[in-house]
Amino acid sequence: MTVRVGVVTFPGSLDDADALRAVRLGGAEAVSLWHKDPYLYDVEAVILPGGFSYGDYLRCGAIARFAPVMSSIIDGARDGMPVLGICNGFQVLCESHLLPGALMRNAQRKFICRDQRLRIENSHTAWTADYDQNQELVVPLKNGEGSYVADEQTLDMLESQGRVVARYMGGNPNGSQRDIAGITNEMGNVVGLMPHPEHAVESLTGPGTDGLGFFRSVVTQWTARVSA
Amino acid sequence: MPTVIVDVVLKPEILDPQGQAIVGALGRLGIEGVTAVRQGKHFELDVEEHVEDETIAKLSQTLLANPVIEDFSIRR
Repeated sequence: MTVRVGVVTFPGSLDDADALRAVRLGGAEAVSLWHKDPYLYDVEAVILPGGFSYGDYLRCGAIARFAPVMSSIIDGARDGMPVLGICNGFQVLCESHLLPGALMRNAQRKFICRDQRLRIENSHTAWTADYDQNQELVVPLKNGEGSYVADEQTLDMLESQGRVVARYMGGNPNGSQRDIAGITNEMGNVVGLMPHPEHAVESLTGPGTDGLGFFRSVVTQWTARVSA
Repeated sequence: MPTVIVDVVLKPEILDPQGQAIVGALGRLGIEGVTAVRQGKHFELDVEEHVEDETIAKLSQTLLANPVIEDFSIRR
């Protein structure tokens, strides 16, 4: 028996299939969730994948926030269920107020698609526990609106509470404040990440397998909890 | 049926790359003297008589604008 991890498909999601595959490679059972269905099918964790939910109409993630499945996910997240939002999923988490701040158009106005170096700065979240503190990874980054913004007070709070999960290395690719690539909530169960670890789980199709740790972390933590 | 206008613009402290691109394009058009552009969204809502300002403010705050990065104004 292993942990069941759900991946939501919104209209316009692109990376749901890659996320489902990454979940399986990480050792969990992958469960497809549908945006219109509020039932979570007994999953223990949820991933909001990358893409352009609802065509990015209005603002990225703004419409997805009100999808029936999101009300269940927001309730679950507040109760401690692990939730990982990747790229568009990160935007949905910010719009849902599960994470502070917002994601804006890249400062240089160009869509970015490249292999990106990151540093894991919080290895205690539900999604990063399999990494070492300050471990460096290379995973693909591909976004048009990936510039993380928040007011100074919020940024200082994130820094002082160790809630910056990942930071860009080797230059800021999109204008994100303080080179932030990913953040977590106070409990450490909700993580938003702009780069795509689900595209770095097999050496055949990605820059390596550095992304697997996100998907393994949730399995490791669940296994430890169940066997405790 | 009255129309309510909601305008949404980025907060002054938020960088607006699209506004900057417009300034750049104005220069290439040969137009001088425009030093900054802030762009935003304009919504026209046809609403029934009984819809109150409070409701418009609520929907503006929860859906039309993201208060983390945007300000909005409402006109009847």
